[in-house]
Amino acid sequence: MSDLKQTPSQTVGPYFAYGLTARQYGYRHTSIAEGAMAGEDIEGERIRVEGRVFDGDGNPVPDAMIEIWQADSQGRYAHPADGRGSNAGFTGFGRTGTGTDPKHRFIFDTIKPGAATEGEAPHLNVVVFMRGLLTHVFTRIYFGDEEAANAADPVLSSVPTDRRSTLIAARTGNTYRLDIHMQGDNETVFFDV
Amino acid sequence: MGDTNGVTPRDWTAHPPLIHPDYKSTVKRGPTKPLVPIRQSLSELTGPAYGHDALAPLDNDLTKNGAKNGDPLGERIVVTGRVLDELGRPQPNALIEIWQANAAGRYIHEADQHNAPIDPNFFGGGRAVTDGEGRYTFYTIKPGAYPWPNHANAWRPNHIHLSLFGPAFASRLVTQMYFPGDPLLALDPIFLGTPEGARNRLVSDFSIDVTEEGFALGYVFDIVLRGPKETPMEAGR
Repeated sequence: MSDLKQTPSQTVGPYFAYGLTARQYGYRHTSIAEGAMAGEDIEGERIRVEGRVFDGDGNPVPDAMIEIWQADSQGRYAHPADGRGSNAGFTGFGRTGTGTDPKHRFIFDTIKPGAATEGEAPHLNVVVFMRGLLTHVFTRIYFGDEEAANAADPVLSSVPTDRRSTLIAARTGNTYRLDIHMQGDNETVFFDV
Repeated sequence: MGDTNGVTPRDWTAHPPLIHPDYKSTVKRGPTKPLVPIRQSLSELTGPAYGHDALAPLDNDLTKNGAKNGDPLGERIVVTGRVLDELGRPQPNALIEIWQANAAGRYIHEADQHNAPIDPNFFGGGRAVTDGEGRYTFYTIKPGAYPWPNHANAWRPNHIHLSLFGPAFASRLVTQMYFPGDPLLALDPIFLGTPEGARNRLVSDFSIDVTEEGFALGYVFDIVLRGPKETPMEAGR
């Protein structure tokens, strides 16, 4: 059994930008990841994923940080637990704050992931951090033009029917849009990952 | 596909609730509906992997990485510890990013308008990657306390923010390290939002053994992340 206990989470607070997203916010420090995730040599369909984060009053959150973790265009994760090996050069990880866009959007320029395993729909794994969240929350972004795959996806199918739409981004051109609602009638589904 | 035994679940006796009204920002930002259980798949069992090549030479020395024309002001400290999983297994190659206020309690962040001086020789951001034994070390300046608008005469205790990547996406952790004996801990709704039995895990230990003679006071802060569940073989040992 476990000998040690998990270190508790604490909020990312209002001042993460220079530490975690320095390049995006113009601080003189490097960043390990940004919203631009796919260089020219990465295979796959270029897409943009964007949205806003809304609080319980319906106001856009200007100091949230969003991270995404995704498979490459063939559904492979760049991690030893995925023995298939991934597209060289594609880390699959993006991070951006909502504080630099005038509309407080998060914006990721990436490639559309493939399905990791048969029966799963392609998706982005998402973590949301912000001042006022003592513990980060996990969600997912699915793609609105993958109706058949979404209908068969085991995770999406486990979500109550009337809440599934909170996880599915609508496509316009090469851009997928999905807002994250922390509270309210359209509260986003967050997973106990 | 490697180890698909799964990652240990989030221990909700360790982590703060999503809404903790004494910390006012949680009231309109914390989700209100129950979290939806998820069957772990490759999506949760894999995660971003960073190695020592993610680091620049001064990344773990905040006393030097922001210096322009001298040393930063304040009390020089060394913070070290190990990143482990719940079975006590060291987590090598875990990326730790930190950020903090300067000795006067002022962040370099442009949104911080606290009337305390910026230190031209202190930036306050850094990172490290754990070694083969899960160990990390930072050199920095003890951060100052600072006021915040949560309630009347509210002050944050001295703290360092930490962000960690462990063996899987499910291991992700953002936390804060506090200092022993800080009288503000008993008044801080962020610290107190943590379940009572888990709070002391957020407080570092002063160590005279880690303290570097004539140079820097030493603090030890071990961090326990979610890791792979024990295998039947380990359970039987």
